[in-house]
Amino acid sequence: MNPQILVDGLIAGAMYGLGAIGVTLTYSILRFANFAHSELLTFGAYAALALSSALGVLSAGLLAPLGPFSFGWSLPLAAITAMALTGLLALAVDAVLFGRLRARRSSIIVMVMASFGAALTLRSLLEFVFTSKPAYFTRELQIALPLGGGMRATPDQLLALVLAIALVVAVHLLLTRTAIGRSMRAVSENQALAGVVGVDVRRVIRVVWLLGAVLACVAGIMAGLLVQLRPYMGFDLLLPLFAAAILGGIGSVPGAMLAGLIVGLAEAGTVQLVGAEWRTAVAFIILVLVLLLRPHGLFGRPQA
Amino acid sequence: MPDVDQNQAQASLTPAAAEGAVLVEAKDLAIQFGGLRAVDGMSLSLHRGEMLGLIGPNGAGKTTLFNLIAGNLRPTEGRILIGGRDVSAEGADQRIACGVGRTFQIPRPFSEMTVLENVLTGRQDQAGERIWMNFLQGARVAREERQAVGKARALLDFVTLSHLENEPARVLSGGQRKLLELARILMAEPTAILLDEPAAGVNPTLLEVIIERIRRLNADGKSIFLIEHNMEMVARLCSRVVVMAAGRHLTEGTPRDVARDPAVIEAYLGTAA
Repeated sequence: MNPQILVDGLIAGAMYGLGAIGVTLTYSILRFANFAHSELLTFGAYAALALSSALGVLSAGLLAPLGPFSFGWSLPLAAITAMALTGLLALAVDAVLFGRLRARRSSIIVMVMASFGAALTLRSLLEFVFTSKPAYFTRELQIALPLGGGMRATPDQLLALVLAIALVVAVHLLLTRTAIGRSMRAVSENQALAGVVGVDVRRVIRVVWLLGAVLACVAGIMAGLLVQLRPYMGFDLLLPLFAAAILGGIGSVPGAMLAGLIVGLAEAGTVQLVGAEWRTAVAFIILVLVLLLRPHGLFGRPQA
Repeated sequence: MPDVDQNQAQASLTPAAAEGAVLVEAKDLAIQFGGLRAVDGMSLSLHRGEMLGLIGPNGAGKTTLFNLIAGNLRPTEGRILIGGRDVSAEGADQRIACGVGRTFQIPRPFSEMTVLENVLTGRQDQAGERIWMNFLQGARVAREERQAVGKARALLDFVTLSHLENEPARVLSGGQRKLLELARILMAEPTAILLDEPAAGVNPTLLEVIIERIRRLNADGKSIFLIEHNMEMVARLCSRVVVMAAGRHLTEGTPRDVARDPAVIEAYLGTAA
C-alpha cells in the first residue's frame, strides 16, 4: 500500500472536518440538518476568489507567491474579508428564511426542505455569476516536498492541514472554556431551559451561524486552493460533511474533525485499494453504517 | 376590586410586609388555554424583603401564575409590573434581568454539563458571551470568568453541593437538583425568587437545609414567593399567605388565619353536596 494515501486522506479529511463542524453545530443547536451549509463553502471560496482577483488588479505585487506557497498576499487578505462576507450571508439567510420558520415553530422537515431551497438558490446564483467553468486561485505550479517514508505534500497542503488543526483547537477551546461556549452547550442541550435561565438564545444562534460560516469559508478556500473552484464544489462535499458530522457525534467539535479525517483516509484508501470510481460511495457507506450501528457517533451522547 | 381587598388585607398584616415597597405586582392576570382559564383575574403583590406564600388546591393555577410572573407564559389579559415597570410583553430572560428568578416543581438541570457549569449558566451578560471579546479583550474576559467561577463556587458551598462541582448534573438526586437550581438563580443576583414547591420529594435532612437557606436569603434582603403544599413549612417561613382557587384570589392573611378560614377549608375539601 502506498503511504501517500495517509497524506492525501488527512488533507481531504481536514477540509471535511472544518466543514463538518458547521454542520454539527447547526444540527445540535438549531436542530435541523442544514443542507445549505455546503453552499457556504462554495460562496466563501468564490468570494475569496473575486476579492483576491480584485486585489491583484489593484496591485500586481500582491499576487507574487509568498515563500514556498503558490499564492501571494492577495489570498490571505481576501480570505479574511470572505470569512466576514460568508458570516454575513449566513446571518442574512437566517434572517429571511430560517429565523422566520423558527418563529412560526415550523417542523424539522420544513427547515430541512427550506435548506434545500436555499442551497439550490445559492448554487444557481453562483453558477450564474461565476459560470460553471472551473476557476483557480493561482496558476503557480508547486513541487511536492518529500516528507519521508515515501510521502509527499505541497507547502499549500501542509499549510491547510496546520490551519485546519489550529482552527479546530480554537473552536474547541471556545466551546469548552468561554462563557459563549457554555451558553452554546446549554442551548444545545435544552433551548427552552436555556432561555429560562437567562441565556441569550438569539445571540447563541447568531454565533452558531457565524462560526459555521467562517469555518465553511476556510474549508471552501482550501478546496479551491488544493483542487479547483466550481459552483458544485460544496454540493459534492455534502455527503462527506454529513458523514463526518454524524460519525463524530452531533454536537462534538473534536468528533467532527476526527471523523472528517477518518472519512478522508477511508476515501483515499478506497481509491488506492478498490478504485477511484468507488470514492464517493465511501462516505455513504460510512454514514449508513454509523446510523445502523452507533447512531450517536463516536463522541455523541445516546438519546435518553 | 381585588386591589381594594388586597390593600385592606395588607394593612392588617405584619408590619414588615406592609412597609416594604411593592416589588412584583400582578394586576388582573388571566390566561386562557383553549376552554380553560387556568388563571382568571388574579391580582397580588410581592413586597420588597417579604416572604410570601402561595397555597391552594391542586389545579388552582399556582404554577401557571408563576409561569406568568417569570415570563414563561404570556398573559391573555392583565399586567405584570416589576419595580413599577410593565414587563407583561417581555420574555423570561428579561424577567431575570429585572431581578426575578424562579425554580421549577421538577428541577431541570443541564444534565450533561457539570454542576459548576450549570451554576455558571445563571450568570448574566458576561463579556465572554460576545465572541469577539474573547479575542480582543482576553484579559477582561478571563478576569470576569474567574470572578464568575469564584462566585459559583461560593454559591455551591452555600447550597452544600461543593463536593459535586465537577460531576455531570444528571447524577444529582431530586433534592440536590433543587439546591442546584437555587444556586443557578442566585448567580443572576435576583431581588425576588419564586420557589415552586421546594419541599416536594425532598428527604427530611435536605429539607431542613433548604428551609434554612431560604431563611438566610430572605434575611439578606431577597423577597421570596413560595408555592408549597407543606403547610408546616409555609407557617415556619411566611408572614403572609395568598390562597388561590380555580384561578382566582380566594383570600390572604397570616398562615394561621388562612388555615382557619372556612372558605379555604371548603376550597381544599370541596363543597359539601
